[in-house]
Amino acid sequence: MAIKLPIYMDYHATTPCDPRVVEAMLPYFTEKFGNAASRNHPFGWEAEEAVEKGRKQVADLIGASPKEIVFTSGATESDNLAIKGVAEMYREKGNHIITCVTEHKAIIDTCKRLEKNGYRVTYLPVQKDGRISLDELKAAISDKTILISIMAANNEIGVIQPIAEIGAIAKEKGILFHTDAVQIVGKVPFNVNDLKVDMASLSGHKMYGPKGVGALYVRRRNPRVLLAPIIDGGGHERGMRSGTLNVTGIVGFGKAAELCKQEMAAESERLRGLRDYLNDKLHKNLDEIYINGSMEHRLPHNLNISFAYVEGESLLMGINDVAVSSGSACTSASLEPSYVLKALGAGDDLAHSSIRFGLGRWSTKEEVDYVADKLTSVVTKLRDMSPLYELAKEGVDLSTMVWQTEGH
Amino acid sequence: MAYSDKVIDHYENPRNVGSLPKDDVNVGTGLVGAPECGDVMKLQVKVNPATGVIDDAKFKTFGCGSAIASSSLATEWLKGKTVDEALAIKNTDIVNELSLPPVKIHCSVLAEDAIKAAIADYKKKQASEGKLSAVSSQTSV
Repeated sequence: MAIKLPIYMDYHATTPCDPRVVEAMLPYFTEKFGNAASRNHPFGWEAEEAVEKGRKQVADLIGASPKEIVFTSGATESDNLAIKGVAEMYREKGNHIITCVTEHKAIIDTCKRLEKNGYRVTYLPVQKDGRISLDELKAAISDKTILISIMAANNEIGVIQPIAEIGAIAKEKGILFHTDAVQIVGKVPFNVNDLKVDMASLSGHKMYGPKGVGALYVRRRNPRVLLAPIIDGGGHERGMRSGTLNVTGIVGFGKAAELCKQEMAAESERLRGLRDYLNDKLHKNLDEIYINGSMEHRLPHNLNISFAYVEGESLLMGINDVAVSSGSACTSASLEPSYVLKALGAGDDLAHSSIRFGLGRWSTKEEVDYVADKLTSVVTKLRDMSPLYELAKEGVDLSTMVWQTEGH
Repeated sequence: MAYSDKVIDHYENPRNVGSLPKDDVNVGTGLVGAPECGDVMKLQVKVNPATGVIDDAKFKTFGCGSAIASSSLATEWLKGKTVDEALAIKNTDIVNELSLPPVKIHCSVLAEDAIKAAIADYKKKQASEGKLSAVSSQTSV
């Protein structure tokens, strides 16, 4: 089979809409264009019906009740709503929030803002494998703790946190538990009741749905979670999120959720096979490459590897017909290497040398072969021109070298 | 990020990649940057003792495409220059030649630093060599 270039292998960043999703959405742009809040005519009823169908499809995917789904513009908004909503609503009860250093910026920066407003936030470190320590979590809990927010699966390294265990600890202590479940939902089974999750952020475009739509799961029973809204207005979504509902987006998100539920088991098995094949092939071809984060507790479609002695951006430049991401500073807007990889304690140089592979619904073995072969030749070429590789081969311990960094 | 054609050309066809014997008294070696910053450049010059002209220059760089291009370009420019002419190369010359965007200016600065470090190493070696020969000539007298 001929492969089409460029190859997309960045499914953690976004996914294409499944054509079946687009097909479901189309009528709602034109003939079924009603406002779901219009209660007095069929245009509105039709739209409302579509929204409720989508709500049920999304709820079914995570074992929730449809009434527990609050539609938002995406996971960043869901994260903001969960954290700020709890912080405001439970202010009397306490002012302490526990999260983790490898969270998405939508969590970290929201927490940082709350810190300016008198809240106290504990950012748990992660172990070498990228997971938090449950003992450290327990030790961080105080009688002022109102919320624990720990992501289900990391967007860079795909590492899955011990969500069920965290849920049990939170429940036992009577603390609300929110998880950013954007990367995991639709990829591996995720059930809010089994995991004792009180809130979960979801995103449409990470699971073959459209961009601009997401949801926050908000538990209604045992306990009933109350949230102060961050967007005020017409009182949509039971007052938790005002704003005209994105009917087309919700229809697409719902359809995407339904497809994920049907196809998840087979799809994740297939992708795990491809991912392991990619990993094996790279390890066979190249020495001194390191997997970042746990391989055991990991999304089946994720691989994050550091190619020692090679800088990530130059590596991406050599594989410019392959779409992947790097933790290198040069590829980020902030010019800082990945804080997630730094948190693993691997050293900044390995963060600069990392590539994230995200496989997905349309990834093929031919693509994986192409990517592995191309990477092998580019890494080999760049190592031939790397002074670090030369020094390492001469037996110099790079970690004890004194570098001239003045002025940089 | 979009690269200029010249950066891409130097990345794809780097000039003068390699190493010169670093213990040679006529070779100056500069190693600048740090792995945790994402850039390390090694730049070497070989000076003809008779003419004071740089005969050969080599580089190895760990860094982004712009860092590789900056050091590759620097080796091209160094060849045929005297030591003093080499010291006159400014990072802004590299920026202009490669059309580096503002976020990549540090790559050119690093290349200038590498040139200066290589020349300084060469001069240091020459000075100590001079002292050694002075010492040996004294003892022989």
